Amino acid sequence: MEIDIAIRWLHIVAGVMWIGLLYYFNFVQVPALASATSEASSGGPGPAAISKYVAPRALFWFRWAALVTWLSGAAYLEASPYGLMNAFTLGMAGEVPSAATTYIGFGAWLGTIMLLNVWGLIWPNQKKVLGIVQATDAEKAKARRVAFLASRTNTMLSIPMLMFMQAGAHGLPFFG
Amino acid sequence: MNPLETIQGTVIAGVVLTIVLAYFASLIAGV
Repeated sequence: MEIDIAIRWLHIVAGVMWIGLLYYFNFVQVPALASATSEASSGGPGPAAISKYVAPRALFWFRWAALVTWLSGAAYLEASPYGLMNAFTLGMAGEVPSAATTYIGFGAWLGTIMLLNVWGLIWPNQKKVLGIVQATDAEKAKARRVAFLASRTNTMLSIPMLMFMQAGAHGLPFFG
Repeated sequence: MNPLETIQGTVIAGVVLTIVLAYFASLIAGV
């Protein structure tokens, strides 16, 4: 097996874990916490167990999977015929311009923005929300809002990101 | 209204963004 194929395999496994947990947060945990909070006053169990036992574990695998996904993706691009710099310059700087390099480059940029959202916005703010670092109630409320919008932004960006990641090999579904 | 407030709006925004970016990618790629 060529090394670039092994790295790509790792990239896909880590990427499934990252985006799977991203979708868990957006499609499952956010609405579950809202229901648990609103029903806590009428005999429901409340959101505490999710916040204490589930969210920290989900965030652990989420943020490290994100980093492994990006690093393995960058290593793959460099080891593959695309070339890392050719991809990030959208195929415009390479000796032989190729549409596939342009498409994988769009995917690489979207994935990079998403990684920066994870480590720069979601995780620092979730640390305040979950009480891992000290924060006032007002700071927690603001942190919750920023983390929510960054997470939603990544969910939105994941849709074109996943399309572009496979468009390098399989072409665009539109305008191709 | 911010489409990111709802999960439905988020998904729709993602699909719209995909089409827009695909258009620009096709221009850059010259296909």
